[in-house]
Amino acid sequence: MSSPARTDPRESERPTAASEKECAELAHTWRERTGTLGLLFSVDHKTIAKRYIVTAFVFFLLGGLEAAAMRLQLARPEGRFLNPDLYDQVFTMHGTTMMFFFAVPVMLGIGLYLVPLMVGTRNVPFPRLNAVGYWFYLAGGLLLYGTFFANRGPDAGWFAYVPLSGNAYSSGHGMDAWVQIINFTEVSALIVAGSLIVTAFKQRAPGMSLDRIPLFVWAILVTMIMIVFAMPAVIFAAGSLNSDRSLGTHFFNPAEGGDALLWQHAFWFFGHPEVYIIFLPALGMVSSILSAACRRPIFGYTAMVLALVATAFLGFGLWVHHMFAVGLPQMGEAFFTAASMMIAIPTGVQFFCWIATLWGSRPRFEPPLVFVLGFFFTFLIGGLTGVMLASVPVDLQVHDTYFVVAHFHYVLIGGALFPLFGGIYHWFPKVTGRLLNRTLGFWNFALLFVGFNLTFFPMHELGFHGMPRRIYTYGPDKGWNGLNLAASIGAAILGVAVLLFLINVVHSLRHGARAGDDPWGAESLEWATSSPPPVYNFARIPIVASRSPLWDPEGLGAVTGLPTDKRLLLVSDPLDAEPSHREEVPGPSVNPFLISVTMSLGLIGSVFWLWWAVIGAVASAPMAFLWYWTEEDR
Amino acid sequence: MRRVFAVLLLPAALCAAAGCRYVTLDRATPQADAITDMHWLMFWVLGAVFALVLAALAIAVSRRSRAPIAGGKDPRFFAVAAATGVTCAILLLLLVASVVTGRAVSTPPEANALDIAITGHQWWWEVRYPAAVADDEVLTANEIHVPVGRSVRLHLASTDVIHSFWAPNLNGKKDLIPGRSTGMTFRVLRAGTYEGRCAEFCGYQHAHMGFRVVAEPPSEFEAWLESQRLPAAEPGDAARVHGHEVFLAGPCVNCHAIRGAGAFGRKGPDLTHLASRSTIAAATLPNTTGHLAGWIADSQRIKPGNRMPPNVLPSGDLLDLVAYLRSLR
Repeated sequence: MSSPARTDPRESERPTAASEKECAELAHTWRERTGTLGLLFSVDHKTIAKRYIVTAFVFFLLGGLEAAAMRLQLARPEGRFLNPDLYDQVFTMHGTTMMFFFAVPVMLGIGLYLVPLMVGTRNVPFPRLNAVGYWFYLAGGLLLYGTFFANRGPDAGWFAYVPLSGNAYSSGHGMDAWVQIINFTEVSALIVAGSLIVTAFKQRAPGMSLDRIPLFVWAILVTMIMIVFAMPAVIFAAGSLNSDRSLGTHFFNPAEGGDALLWQHAFWFFGHPEVYIIFLPALGMVSSILSAACRRPIFGYTAMVLALVATAFLGFGLWVHHMFAVGLPQMGEAFFTAASMMIAIPTGVQFFCWIATLWGSRPRFEPPLVFVLGFFFTFLIGGLTGVMLASVPVDLQVHDTYFVVAHFHYVLIGGALFPLFGGIYHWFPKVTGRLLNRTLGFWNFALLFVGFNLTFFPMHELGFHGMPRRIYTYGPDKGWNGLNLAASIGAAILGVAVLLFLINVVHSLRHGARAGDDPWGAESLEWATSSPPPVYNFARIPIVASRSPLWDPEGLGAVTGLPTDKRLLLVSDPLDAEPSHREEVPGPSVNPFLISVTMSLGLIGSVFWLWWAVIGAVASAPMAFLWYWTEEDR
Repeated sequence: MRRVFAVLLLPAALCAAAGCRYVTLDRATPQADAITDMHWLMFWVLGAVFALVLAALAIAVSRRSRAPIAGGKDPRFFAVAAATGVTCAILLLLLVASVVTGRAVSTPPEANALDIAITGHQWWWEVRYPAAVADDEVLTANEIHVPVGRSVRLHLASTDVIHSFWAPNLNGKKDLIPGRSTGMTFRVLRAGTYEGRCAEFCGYQHAHMGFRVVAEPPSEFEAWLESQRLPAAEPGDAARVHGHEVFLAGPCVNCHAIRGAGAFGRKGPDLTHLASRSTIAAATLPNTTGHLAGWIADSQRIKPGNRMPPNVLPSGDLLDLVAYLRSLR
């Protein structure tokens, strides 16, 4: 196979420059398989990350269509668009899709793309395992939508409270499938978490000591550690629900000594950190965008890092605020109220540091910054209503009403989607080599902002007016008509905004202005290589001497003398990033795909017939052997 | 830029102006009262925080750059530290207020509190007034009568899935959990009819699982309780007698009880005094002859998925059945 040894004409100008011959050799060493079948062999973190991001956006659109269906149903009282069965499936699918198949994976994907670039390495440490993560995610999504399109989708909500989600009240395969897709997404999240934790700790460019890690990388690192602690709880929950449903155990059956509340504890012990798993990477994006727009480092680096860590820590101590209505002792209520309020402190600190960064900097008004300003406004509302919800008596009034729907959409759309869009406008040129259209970007923002607030602001009031969540219809005499209609109109505007974004992406992919290496004049290492980066990321591994390596007057150093004929990663010390040794990583292989297929078949099949689990396990064994055998073939 | 922010603040102002209309904040008990006060405290404090942060942001974005700070500590450091300190102080204030309110809301009831046992079903409420003598016990559904001025203690339970009891004007919500017992206390200060509904997703007809709380002066309440203790009224005319026969001969009797009329089903609501209730199907429809007939004939069209099958009856039978049920005062 001929190697695509295209070298960038500007290569010689970069601080990490290498000779044309070296670049060609690197490109040959790190090459991916070509051709359609070659897609199944990919192990490059950037390729897999792009797959995560694109797949997540497909799920985002599906989840959006489900939201549109709900808003159509609720636009008028006594709506006839969806029957209760379908409505329950649709809102369950919406929550499951947005949480498990869009928000988390898209953040994983962006982390997977950027972290190795930002720390100056060539790939993640376990590239083949990383490929398995994506295939599992895809298989989970196919299973979920397979059941939904067969009109047998899960319908007990994305929180799947027992006993409603148990066999006695949801006997179809929809819930069995739901339980199984949890396993798929959690396995994929854990794989990415493992990869990125090792990348951030062991593969940083020489000189990037702990206190020089970009804030975005800190945010991802903290998030990944949260994943490691949160996911086991939901895997336990899903596993025991699965065995209650299919093996007849009684984890959640009070009649046989089980406990219905056990599910809620296990689910929310995962479910609340999940919110931060979505939200912390977005905070990292805000920091990257702001420092680029203000052309200065984020104020209070240490405070920012400590705030991230504190958020992650506290995030595990407030799951019970989802369960205030189950009847708790006063002492427990006070504890979880305090914990829930306390988490506002680290978030506040970050807010203040961002404002201090902006203070007097005359930032450059480009689409990424505008999305970040939209984030400030919307997330602030969501955060403050979150403080209200932390108070038990207030929560008991608005719990499970549209006030809560408004609150968490302000937190998740305001806190994660606005920065995510900003981040896409910010890093799209790095990934594709072309800028997104600026004018369309502003329109995209304006419509998103107006549509979002028109959709969700009235929901606060609907909650005060007594409208509970998850109802498929309401009577015309309740006084909820006008606000619901406003929300539905807002949803339509929101849809137009997303459509505009898609148009911008498609248009700019072909016709966007060429970006160059560093269109924003930003500080971190991903901008030190070409756009898009070559498969080997950097011709030479950079050496950094400060927190803002690209703004360093000394300039960037480069590691020389690494062999280019092997897939080598430079492994460094976790604290000071002193290089310690070289580690060879495996190249393209079809084995991750094959074992994903056999294991997914087992898991998916077991939804319909339990013995498929055994068949899948037996079929996976030779795949595992094959993998280990061919591992030497690097 | 500033004008933009002023416009963005409008919804918050509208929200405040519309405040007094809120159902959840319309108080009829000391419990709801305490919650409402807490709510408004938070609303104004957090509203002020919102305005201040946005103002700081607007200034930060629009202000021109000043000369770089030469030497000494960055003044921004003090600003951030002060803002963090204020944040902590505000949160501490709200925490204390919240705990105090929580205690007020869950104060144990007085000794003479009225006990009512409520059981959630997919998708209706079973309401039981326990009594020392079993015969004095009152069993009804979806309509809870309480005396004004006296504490009421609700004992909440569920036999199928999790439901949540919520009458916004009276108190916050409380879940009904299979295998557990929960409770709630309130004292209604104003006579009136208060709407309530299930607040925890409980399946297809979660949307139609409402109830009513009728608060009336103690004397009226006692009279109501007395009337509910009586067995069902005898069918007065031929049509009603026939209706009674239809009830006993058809599938109705499998699920519904009419005390004193030979019907003992326990799966559905007790119908002994059906006509005394103002709604049917868990506050879904007004209790009128037409609605009742429509409900019996094909309840699946009105509340798809509910547990009551459609009943194909000759129109004469249906009319007589409805006439009988409507006589059960």
